[in-house]
Amino acid sequence: MPILIGKETHAIVQGITGSQGAYHTQQMLQEGTKIVAGVTPGRGGASVQGVPVFDTVEEAKRRFEVDASIIFVPAPFAKDAALEAIASDLNPVVIITEGIPVKDEIQLMEIARRKNTTVIGPNTPGIITPAECKLGIMPGHIFKPGRIGLISRSGTLTYEIAASLTNAGLGQTTCLGIGGDPVVGLTFVDVLEMFRKDPQTSAIAMIGEIGGNAEEKAAEYIIDTKYPKPIAAYIAGRGAPPGKKMGHAGAIVMGKTGTAETKIDALQAAGVKIAFKPSEIAGHLKLQ
Amino acid sequence: MKLFEYEAKEIARRYGVPIPSGIVVSSPEEARAAFEKLNQPSMIKAQVLVAGRGKAGGIKPASNSGEAFEISGSILSTIIKGEKVTKVLVEQRVASKHERYVSIVVDRSSRAYTILCSTEGGVDIEQVADQSPEKIVRYKVDQLVNLQDYEGRIIAKHLGCSGKQINELARIIGKLFQILLDYDAELVESNPLIETESGDFVAADLRILLDDNSLFRHPEFLARMKNFEPDMTPLEIKAREKNLSYVELDGDVGIIGNGAGLVMATLDMILDYKGKAANFCDVGGGADEERTAAALEIVLANPKVKVLLINIMGGITKCDDVARAILDIQKRMEISKPMVIRLVGTNEEEGHKILTAANIPSLNSMEEAAAKAVEIASKVK
Repeated sequence: MPILIGKETHAIVQGITGSQGAYHTQQMLQEGTKIVAGVTPGRGGASVQGVPVFDTVEEAKRRFEVDASIIFVPAPFAKDAALEAIASDLNPVVIITEGIPVKDEIQLMEIARRKNTTVIGPNTPGIITPAECKLGIMPGHIFKPGRIGLISRSGTLTYEIAASLTNAGLGQTTCLGIGGDPVVGLTFVDVLEMFRKDPQTSAIAMIGEIGGNAEEKAAEYIIDTKYPKPIAAYIAGRGAPPGKKMGHAGAIVMGKTGTAETKIDALQAAGVKIAFKPSEIAGHLKLQ
Repeated sequence: MKLFEYEAKEIARRYGVPIPSGIVVSSPEEARAAFEKLNQPSMIKAQVLVAGRGKAGGIKPASNSGEAFEISGSILSTIIKGEKVTKVLVEQRVASKHERYVSIVVDRSSRAYTILCSTEGGVDIEQVADQSPEKIVRYKVDQLVNLQDYEGRIIAKHLGCSGKQINELARIIGKLFQILLDYDAELVESNPLIETESGDFVAADLRILLDDNSLFRHPEFLARMKNFEPDMTPLEIKAREKNLSYVELDGDVGIIGNGAGLVMATLDMILDYKGKAANFCDVGGGADEERTAAALEIVLANPKVKVLLINIMGGITKCDDVARAILDIQKRMEISKPMVIRLVGTNEEEGHKILTAANIPSLNSMEEAAAKAVEIASKVK
């Protein structure tokens, strides 16, 4: 059993009539995902790639069996769209949109938390359980079914590493991007916990980057739970310029975390194998 | 986007947060007039967005209008950490009995606004946080309930207030939080928040950082952001106009890639092969021909660049589009600098074919491409 989405997942696309929404609906359908309906307010009655479009999520849900949603709605309206999905008990809710204001993200995540909804993103390539279901924008052909769970904060770097795993004969249970924004719905810890419980996943590839302390928190969790499955990690940003600093408050709230070194040290201390090149991840996991 | 101190204080004044009286000016004559109007010992403060202006000589006291004229003249002619000073704030000097620190910031790990405060405010606050973290009080705000008065009072007690001060400080913190929400700020910070001899509070310095993603809700700032960003290079400004993520660095290997993570990984690899990147340039996950061409133009406009490394992992971006963009710009500009191109993913074979036909070598491996770029850079004089 993969995590979060699989063969049985029925999904809607919010923002289906936009160019990104329409293009990726076509891609997801082609790869076998069960997209049963689309939602664009004001465009009810239309059809995209043979998928019926409704004005509201509630209406789509009344007409079809729907579990999950993927959102391509522009940033100013994305919070509203996500709240609409959450209100209709869709789960998970995948938000592809970039550029959502942080205030909207904070409010959205708090409401999702209270309703026990899993939000993937925002600003994520999405999630894929190869050969079963894709709620995302990643090129499906680079993924193959298998036993590696992949978690990432990045987009194209995820494709890079997924492709190298696939080329090395290492297929994947589920691959997901938690999203590149400061406030996102899932942490590395949340996803590591899901992979821990998933009997089909036997090892994990983790792709982190500088900024925030999600990787350091993951290292603490790996130690605390004596994590039972091997993990290999790549952390991008050893040679990157220092990012936007939020003055004193940024430094205080983060403490001594956030650099590539602090993340690599913490993960190494937790027994995670560090790849210094993206291509090394496959080697680390193959030796297991 | 950072606001200037005088802009932040103008907002604070409208919300009823106590601030020192002050007048912002852009010439020594205006500074003299401002001093005469305030008619009391003042500080002349450079209005810049870079941090650490005090230690760089950007804040000086003036005791009479002649000094105000002279000091503002000298500050207005300086450049602080690369930023030209075009305005100074002439501001009433407030005697302080005690300096506190108050800020509201986004805490990623708890996905919430968090109030940070300390009884030990002032320039060394980061040191306090580092060496005695127990002196920093953290308070997570429930985002659906909003900040309540009683919460402000709890914080005021932690900041050592008593009597009437408790309600007053709670009121100020409430106003700062309201500013954060109304302006979609990522940070509102007062350091120091001064307690005067008479026990009143004054926000002697105030920083507001707006969330760039929210500027569509604040068109007055959106317009300014387009026109003005003192800590960016001309190429960085040009890149932003084209919606490209571009940061200039000190090295000589020009870099273009799609996706921030992939570009970061490329910079890491350049470092591992003992090279130095000239820039970070992310054309984005869905880069098309036009964006790639714009990126090429900007990266090559940096005279330090000796070699250009293009790293594309095709997903939404199609490799043949990238290849055509490279040929197109080669026709338009006379590119004399060597290029190393790495293309994989969607339509990679067609991409390689287009480049090979035009005599431009293209590789499949990121490692080989990075190594080759560094090698070429070391040979070019």
